[in-house]
Amino acid sequence: MHLTKLESFCIQAVWVGRFVIKLFFSGVIIGVVGTIAALYYVPAVDQAREASVITVAPNGGNAERFHVNIPGDRIMLGAQGRATALPEGMLWPEDSVLDGTQAELFKLRNQRDVVIGVASRFAVSNSDIGSVVEWVVHLPARGSLFAVLDPAMRDGGRDGVLRGGTGEFSELGGGLSERWVAASADGADGNDGRIELVASYVSTRVQESPDDAGPAAETDE
Amino acid sequence: MKILLPFLLPLLLGIVCGVLIAAGALYFNPIAMGTLSPLAVSGRQQVVLNYSAVPGEAIVFTNDGESRTAPQPSKVSQLWEAPIRQTTVLVTALKDHQGSTVGVGVKFSSLSEATRLLNNEAIVESAWHIALPRQGTLQIGQTENHWNYLREIVLPAYWNAADSWKGNWRGLLSSGPNALGTARVYGGSGRYAGTLLEAAEYLSATAYSARTGPVAADGQLVIELPQDQTRVAGDAEP
Repeated sequence: MHLTKLESFCIQAVWVGRFVIKLFFSGVIIGVVGTIAALYYVPAVDQAREASVITVAPNGGNAERFHVNIPGDRIMLGAQGRATALPEGMLWPEDSVLDGTQAELFKLRNQRDVVIGVASRFAVSNSDIGSVVEWVVHLPARGSLFAVLDPAMRDGGRDGVLRGGTGEFSELGGGLSERWVAASADGADGNDGRIELVASYVSTRVQESPDDAGPAAETDE
Repeated sequence: MKILLPFLLPLLLGIVCGVLIAAGALYFNPIAMGTLSPLAVSGRQQVVLNYSAVPGEAIVFTNDGESRTAPQPSKVSQLWEAPIRQTTVLVTALKDHQGSTVGVGVKFSSLSEATRLLNNEAIVESAWHIALPRQGTLQIGQTENHWNYLREIVLPAYWNAADSWKGNWRGLLSSGPNALGTARVYGGSGRYAGTLLEAAEYLSATAYSARTGPVAADGQLVIELPQDQTRVAGDAEP
């Protein structure tokens, strides 16, 4: 009788032991698969986005307006010989090679006055490369725009071309213009004025129709 | 519940082991990204620009103000607005191989939604705006993979009892957008006007603190010149 109970206990213990081991290895598989699934499906980075405000340009392509409130959105103004540094405490390199070079850094806003990116502006003037005005516009969720402007003022502003870009701007050409717009006389918003940037986008991707493909296409067939 | 507990424990223990095994396989994955750029074996002339990758040594460094790396200088405007919160901006002096300042560069870096830790990809989208007043201006767009940097420097610093890492590490950051993993460079003016070039960015680090970020680190931009460019200060033989 006692032997039978012991046998029964041993059989149960073995069964429970096997079950526990199976549970453990099931847990291992769940852990591995769960980790892989989580890494695959859960985004590690989630950028906040503002809806773009883009209009159709009259001569083709699309246009987008940005602006920088001055002085509120200016992060940095670096140039040699400036009496006051911006930001306070900045040490601009006092090296002769940077004579005639001015670098600015801004927060960039869309037409709804919401900050959507950051931008840098270089103005360089020297005998080696002449006069240069350039912008790089960086919109984190979208990409970056690279623009070279004509240093000569025209109608109160400067016009230029998009040299290239990354992200959604990588296959876009077009232009970029900058213009200074002074604030209203009462200065109610606390700004001196704003730098307005207008980017016009034109796709650089050329789609050939089958008729234009030429003899090469026929040969391939 | 008391009856289930003996069965839940091995299941939970198994899940924890499974998570650790998966994390270990990712961490020790031998097929991680290489550290050599195709520009390293290029026969063309190159411009090499060096800069300090320590934020405290930058002209200006700014971020959301809540990261472990403090903005520099302390009163700089911070990027706290939601669309730019995962972005950092570094303004730095650029030096040639002799250590002389040849220009200034602005680097924008944003965490990318293309990040796939499962593929050993911790992606950062970055853009450089560079002024070399004696030579010209350049704009660089690149995709960076910081996986090796995180794996070999940042995580060991967190695991270390002293919250720091010391060693000698050099890695390639550039992983695109060009087919061979190089960055795309648009010449803006001067000798570079109108050119489309390639570049690679490297990072060398010897000390890192889990509390404050990089302690001793240098960045290097290697920009490949077109065949017909003449040699000027800052250029290096390949």
